[in-house]
Amino acid sequence: MIVITIAVALIVAGTFFFVTATLGLLRFPDFYTRMHAAGKGDTLGALLSLAGLALYNLNNGFSVEAILISMKILIIALFIFIANPTATHAITKAGLVCSVKPWEKKESSK
Amino acid sequence: MKYVIVFLVLYLHWILWSGKFDVFHLSLGVISCALVTFMSHNLYIQSEKLSPRIIKESFRFIKYVPWLLYQIILSNIHVASLVLSPGMPIDPKIIRYKTKLKSELSLVTFANSITLTPGTITADIVDGEYYVHALSKKVADDLMAGEMEDKVAQIFEED
Amino acid sequence: MENYFLYIAIFMCVLVLLALYRGAAGPTVLDRIIAISAIGTKTTVILALMGFIYRRSDMFLDISLAYAILNFIATIAAAKFFRSRKSINPGERCSIDEGGK
Repeated sequence: MIVITIAVALIVAGTFFFVTATLGLLRFPDFYTRMHAAGKGDTLGALLSLAGLALYNLNNGFSVEAILISMKILIIALFIFIANPTATHAITKAGLVCSVKPWEKKESSK
Repeated sequence: MKYVIVFLVLYLHWILWSGKFDVFHLSLGVISCALVTFMSHNLYIQSEKLSPRIIKESFRFIKYVPWLLYQIILSNIHVASLVLSPGMPIDPKIIRYKTKLKSELSLVTFANSITLTPGTITADIVDGEYYVHALSKKVADDLMAGEMEDKVAQIFEED
Repeated sequence: MENYFLYIAIFMCVLVLLALYRGAAGPTVLDRIIAISAIGTKTTVILALMGFIYRRSDMFLDISLAYAILNFIATIAAAKFFRSRKSINPGERCSIDEGGK
């Protein structure tokens, strides 16, 4: 029972970070700042949700199949953990090379 | 030696993702993993010779991960509070950060760590100088303090 | 418990729609790339959840991993493409920058 509670708490926390990432994507003024929201929020949201799923899967006993499935989920989480910052970095560099000007505070007070 | 390591890693992945343990699937795995190892072994491990340093480094890297996770959670709470606050108190700018790290692996680790920690994103590396986009002055000063760089340098034995 | 996963998955689909708005309306090309990358990450989690809803985790997790890898490659390829465009045509604006502001 306590395992299920922890798993549900992890999934809900992951969903919360997905919500903030999406809201940040909609609200921030330029694409560098949107990158902050999308790159970080999605990484942590996916990590927490997948960890919660792996924990929930182990709840029904430790058969070989259950352990294999949990390992698969953890490998997907590891891949996202490595790949997402790299993709973020690639897009930011594309913006820098294209010399997109970053949004600054002074411009906003027009 | 290289061949053996690459083959073992590939074969573990084969077993994990197929999930079947009969003779047919296991032998298929041996054949295809051997083929892939033969064709592309020097893609996965770049360095010429393997030294026992790698084992020590990976142990220290595993010790570094919990601290990094803690920083990531802090960073997300920071971004979440920025997103949810109505006035949006941000002051983004691009700063330069001179690094003392040398090897490629530590540079990559440090760049990804910067991206994941509060309010900063790596944009480019030119001659050992990071271009970092920071959300506000405070997080830029936090990065300049250089705590994380020391930790990464400690992992890969560079000082 | 499957019902709970179903509600979470539906909620994630709503988030995907919100991110899709940024993809459709974003002023620059790079905004659209970010939106697509974020949608891909959410889809990976939705696929894993679907595996638990249908009780076929082994199959859906394979699809989920394939989706994660494809998403990563697509993002890198798109970023690389828009990075190299400026060096080919120096006079041309590289992304539709700042037009909307």
